[in-house]
Amino acid sequence: MKYLDEFQDPALAERLLDDIHATTEHPWAMMEVCGGQTHSIIRHGLDQLLPDGIELIHGPGCPVCVTPLEVIDKALEIAARPDVIFCSFGDMLRVPGSEKDLFRVKSAGGDVRVVYSPMDALTVAKENPDRQVVFFGIGFETTAPPNAMTVYQAKKLGIENFSLLVSHVRVPPAIEAIMTSPVCRVQAFLAAGHVCTVMGFSEYPPLAERFKVPIVVTGFEPLDILEGIRRTVHQLEEGRYEVENAYPRVVAPEGNPIAIEMLEDVFEVVDRSWRGIGMIPQSGWRLSERYRAYDAEVRFDVGDIDTSESAVCRSGEVLQGLIKPHECSAFGTLCTPRNPLGATMVSSEGACAAYYLYRRMQLPAQRPAQAGAPEEATPVG
Amino acid sequence: MAEPFVTAPASPPQEPSIDLTPAPSFEGWTCPLPLRDSPTVVMGHGGGGQMSAELVEHVFLPSFANHTLAQLGDSAVMEVAGVRMALSTDSFVVRPLFFPGGSIGDLAVNGTVNDLAMSGATPLFLSAAFILEEGTDVTQVGAVAERLGRAAERAGVQVVTGDTKVVESGHGDGVYINTSGIGVVPAGVDIRPDRARPGDVVIVSGDLGVHGVAVMSVREGLQFGAEVLSDCQPLNGLVQAMLAVTTDLHVLRDPTRGGLATSLNEIAKSSGVGVTLDERLLPIPDVVSDACAFLGLDPLQVANEGKLVAIVPADVADDVLAAMRAHPAGVGAAVIGRCVEEHPGMVATRTGFGAERVVDMPIGEQLPRIC
Repeated sequence: MKYLDEFQDPALAERLLDDIHATTEHPWAMMEVCGGQTHSIIRHGLDQLLPDGIELIHGPGCPVCVTPLEVIDKALEIAARPDVIFCSFGDMLRVPGSEKDLFRVKSAGGDVRVVYSPMDALTVAKENPDRQVVFFGIGFETTAPPNAMTVYQAKKLGIENFSLLVSHVRVPPAIEAIMTSPVCRVQAFLAAGHVCTVMGFSEYPPLAERFKVPIVVTGFEPLDILEGIRRTVHQLEEGRYEVENAYPRVVAPEGNPIAIEMLEDVFEVVDRSWRGIGMIPQSGWRLSERYRAYDAEVRFDVGDIDTSESAVCRSGEVLQGLIKPHECSAFGTLCTPRNPLGATMVSSEGACAAYYLYRRMQLPAQRPAQAGAPEEATPVG
Repeated sequence: MAEPFVTAPASPPQEPSIDLTPAPSFEGWTCPLPLRDSPTVVMGHGGGGQMSAELVEHVFLPSFANHTLAQLGDSAVMEVAGVRMALSTDSFVVRPLFFPGGSIGDLAVNGTVNDLAMSGATPLFLSAAFILEEGTDVTQVGAVAERLGRAAERAGVQVVTGDTKVVESGHGDGVYINTSGIGVVPAGVDIRPDRARPGDVVIVSGDLGVHGVAVMSVREGLQFGAEVLSDCQPLNGLVQAMLAVTTDLHVLRDPTRGGLATSLNEIAKSSGVGVTLDERLLPIPDVVSDACAFLGLDPLQVANEGKLVAIVPADVADDVLAAMRAHPAGVGAAVIGRCVEEHPGMVATRTGFGAERVVDMPIGEQLPRIC
């Protein structure tokens, strides 16, 4: 595919890697923010090719992973109602709530449908005027504009049986939260390219200045990622901390003004909980007053849902880059993509799932008790 | 609870090394959590991946236990009155009934014929059972039957018995078909999933992932540039051509649901060998890799309906490959990897950049990623 294949060329990758190796004199820890970048890094094994001192910390940018348990439980509750058609992106179906997942709701008779585009959910609403159609609107600044478009169009076209269950999150407040954490080890950021496609990167210079960290807007193909790392290493070695755009074929400094305008119309900024991390001030969106009638939480009155997280799952520490996935005692034993304890094991963008799917062969045999581990860990449930 | 591997953030562990340590076994662990086993059947149980395998292992095998079944090949091979017979059955619930390059009728013949061929058998006779939904257009049933008949003729088999049932409207999806087939295994042929040996060469017969992308493109209304035609075709002729080179083919598998990743993982587990692929050698057409990139799927987990993977001894690999390429169903055949002693039961691939990763089988259904 044009603009993708050219950025997977092994010969060019080698040149970037040579530069990175030649430039690196000190150990550095940098965080790739987006789960799509984590997936690409692990799938292609890029981290295996970097100098020993360069550590990639896998950031919190997997939308499936950070959606709070409470919101999942609300989704399950709504999806189980007989009058509801519940539409979702595919990988949300296996995310465990407190007791079950959307697959289970579907098998018990719930009308749960996978859609590829949020607008498909609106079409479902048009075709089923006697049913309530709910779309599970999660994600970062990337999925927010198309999700916003659904309620914008629903209002414009008078489609009253459509609503949105919103759990949107924003990247810049998360970067701030990571940098102000007392255990923070991050020295630079590879910013999420597609988030910047929408939002631009005007929010980043104050963060780079305040925390003295380079922030390099980075894409997702292997060469994009290596170029992001290369520029970051140059900045770190030279003592600079600037915002750079290493993904200019897709990202303009000002982002996409039309999308931003729609976001400002449809959403308003609120405090949001991130699964495994906790509350981050001003880090999310909910529907603005003008569109509140399309808010599924309001329409279905699911305000008082109780939640309980697994005591063993350490996805919070994984999401903050404090531990690598395989350092969690449940990794690969109690917790696998087949039976995820935490959301980081669910989506293939989740760091734990990426390690399990692509890496478990190479992980050091650090756990001789592996086979016996389940009994040991039984008290979890 | 001892957690010796939990390290303080200040001293991160070494990055995983590239050298391949023996595979840690995740087999056999039992998880006490309620999410482990769904109390009801979910769609993933039919996806051909890990969930399907667990359903077979825990629900069906204990009830039917016998030596022949325990082989778990694509078809069962039994000796009857001095003749080695192969028997296989398959049900077809594809939607839509007609798709670019094929139909449920073509699948119903080729699916069973290919399962028989994967034991080296010459397929001879099929049964066909139709489960029809009330309200389905009879001309559509006729069209499916006509396609099924033509596919049987092409594969050189006869449909010699059948059955028809009708279910109430809303209890089916138009037309479901089950076919069973029998064939004869030639003397000296012993093709089984557990016969892969370290040093054996892994060959696929052509482009991967084409059928899955063809069906997805019509089912979901997605266009990926040029129209993608399913690769649905019978493979018994190709297998005959391969057997003409040597009867000592170790394993054959047609990677349908769950894709090549599932077939190779099953072979690795059955045989107790590792499989190492080279990503640069995989014949994946641009349209498949583009569609998979778009949907967030792994081409190695996408279904094929007219391809096989062969595990053959290294000394005959070149001749087998040449014979495959000379056959119309194998012109795109390619060597993609080897069986190794390391990481038994697991499949790995060298990435395009020279790093290494695991190739796992899908869990249940393939789920498109959010972004």
